[in-house]
Amino acid sequence: MPTIELALTCRCVEGGVNANMVKWFKTYLAPKFAEKMKAEGKNVTAKLVEFGGSDEALKEQYALDLKVGKGYDVFAFDGFWVPEFVAGGLLKPLDEIAGPEVKQWEGWGHISPGLQQILGYQGKLYGIASGTDVREIFYRKDLFAKAGIAEPWQPKSWAELLDTARKIKKALPDVTPLQLNAGTAMGEATTMQGYFMALLGAGIHMYDFEKGKWIAKSPAIADALNFYKTVYVDEKLGDARLQLLKDGRNQSFARFRDGKIAMLVEGDWFWRSVIATGEWKIPNRNEVVSFAKMPAKEPKKGYKGQDFVTISGGTGFVINPNTKYPKEAWALLSFMFSKEPLMAFQELEPRIRVRDDVPVIGDPVMTEMAKQLLGLTTVRPMLPEYPKISAEAQLLTERVVSGEMTPEKAMEAYAKAVTALVGPDKVIELK
Amino acid sequence: MTGGAPILSRRTGFFFLLPSLGFVSLFILFPFVWVFYLSFTNQTLTGVTAIQSRLVGLANYHRLLDFETWMTSGQFGNALRISAQFVVGSALIGQALLGLAIAWAFYRWRGAFREIVYTLVILAWIIPDVVVAFTWMAFLDRDRGTLNAILQLLRLAPVDWLIQQPVLSIIIFNTWRGTAFSMLLFSSALATIPPSYLESAEVAGASGWQKFRDIILPLIRSHILTDIILITLWTFNTFTPFLITGGGPAFKSELVSIYTFRIAFQFFEFGRGGAIAVAMMLINLVLALTYLTILRRQGVRT
Repeated sequence: MPTIELALTCRCVEGGVNANMVKWFKTYLAPKFAEKMKAEGKNVTAKLVEFGGSDEALKEQYALDLKVGKGYDVFAFDGFWVPEFVAGGLLKPLDEIAGPEVKQWEGWGHISPGLQQILGYQGKLYGIASGTDVREIFYRKDLFAKAGIAEPWQPKSWAELLDTARKIKKALPDVTPLQLNAGTAMGEATTMQGYFMALLGAGIHMYDFEKGKWIAKSPAIADALNFYKTVYVDEKLGDARLQLLKDGRNQSFARFRDGKIAMLVEGDWFWRSVIATGEWKIPNRNEVVSFAKMPAKEPKKGYKGQDFVTISGGTGFVINPNTKYPKEAWALLSFMFSKEPLMAFQELEPRIRVRDDVPVIGDPVMTEMAKQLLGLTTVRPMLPEYPKISAEAQLLTERVVSGEMTPEKAMEAYAKAVTALVGPDKVIELK
Repeated sequence: MTGGAPILSRRTGFFFLLPSLGFVSLFILFPFVWVFYLSFTNQTLTGVTAIQSRLVGLANYHRLLDFETWMTSGQFGNALRISAQFVVGSALIGQALLGLAIAWAFYRWRGAFREIVYTLVILAWIIPDVVVAFTWMAFLDRDRGTLNAILQLLRLAPVDWLIQQPVLSIIIFNTWRGTAFSMLLFSSALATIPPSYLESAEVAGASGWQKFRDIILPLIRSHILTDIILITLWTFNTFTPFLITGGGPAFKSELVSIYTFRIAFQFFEFGRGGAIAVAMMLINLVLALTYLTILRRQGVRT
């Protein structure tokens, strides 16, 4: 009986980024999967290919691999990449690759249609999501105590948030009070953890879902940019260097770990992976770190009239349309997202899973994040042009935090670029 | 053999040429033609235009040369300006001058010190790019970098090199990286000069500078031109600074090569990337032709 070896890849490195994924794969997934296949009379094993670069570099690798008909059998994929890859003919629906048994998988019954679509496009499914996420402000309780700021802390407006930052700057001059992602170097982390958090707080989304148009100019965009300007340029409450350096995001993780950043706006991945394990681990995380919701500019002035804002994305795994072993690849993918393997993963890294029978276990903070924020969340538009608009948004913030342009000039340049990308009939300007 | 007839017939000669012609066509001509064609399409790697690309005429070139915006950050003109600074700073002033200076300083010098200096300069040239890039990131780091540690020892204020002086940083880097080539070329050029020339000049009482200006320079002029042609082209096309600055901050060190990479392989826009590549090839061609023309005139004069 011939042995089939499936290869799976993700941005994960033993002892480094997403270290739990490697641990889960090596200690649970690979041996259990081989065992299960053996029981079915097949000789199938799975190996992991660890990728240590950035998300952007990984995406580039996928696009080039898929274009020439190569690549690993199963690979980690960010939901917002799906539309452009599908439109470009690089991905195929799961049932087209692996056959009708995909539809019979027991898991679909435990994943709501909305969450199934994290790795979907125009009604078709291309992979299975690992989970969804939310974004919030993480803060160092030890630094807050030193600066005399009461806990639990929850700012209700940008003014309150800035006030806290000013207090920290005054009490602890060698600590960076607040870091809100900006700049092109951080890629999508800027759009999601930075620009969106400011923009939604100012009252709008990048995209008008009802009209189906991109918002190219708006007073809210100017507000969001002025917030950045206050933080990085006018009052230096944040360190713009971290937003401009090539490895700025990793440096911001390290500075938060070392107690040199007091407040960092990040996704829950930061809590459950970055500071929980690997290079930036904070051993006493639960004692020194807490979270607060990101406030709107003023109460009721956020997106959809909300007091607080957040946005969700989702990543998961897809099957390579070029795989030589589509049935086995599907067997691996569907096994990964069965209840028991996921529960084993939850023990390593509790997070918001898409399966309704896999709860967050053993992490009250994570449970609390999900409870408080999932109801407030929104998502990115699933459109092939989104990644390009997102890159323009990153540039927009970079121009402001680097002091290259005023918020007004930067917005002009953004509007021009977005209009050039999607055409004048697909943009609106709000007054 | 009679009257200078070729050893091989034309046909046999062509047959021997075939393999190399095949390789040249496959790896140089075909990609060139393909990129040239792509530059007139809206071909992308992802999105709808990955499958349904079409000819768009000169649209990519128009966008490249949109003079209203082209000097703003992240545009072609901006990248061209930075590349020009980089070439003048690191190739012409840095590598060529420094290479000549080292070669001249050690002219007719034999001994351990020369060997040590030459070995170090050559080492900087042969270490792999990625290793070198990491070393330089560590060297230039604001807080823990070696360079700032040295500055502080000398009681000088530390500089945030990669943020405040990104272009200067990559110029210094590339000078360090590539001086070996010019140094080797010039020292072998100097070795061809008969010692008697300089000895007679000494007897006549010429100063060091006079010897250099009136004897050395005219004799190695063609070497200098060759050196400048080669290192200008190499420097214009080099990509290694990307590994140190990523083209940033805010595109302040985005060379044309990095700009091409960003458009073609980060934005996946092959059509536009092709247009930039064609523009780069034309610039290379113009540079090379200019130098070659000068070289030819020099040759006629001497």
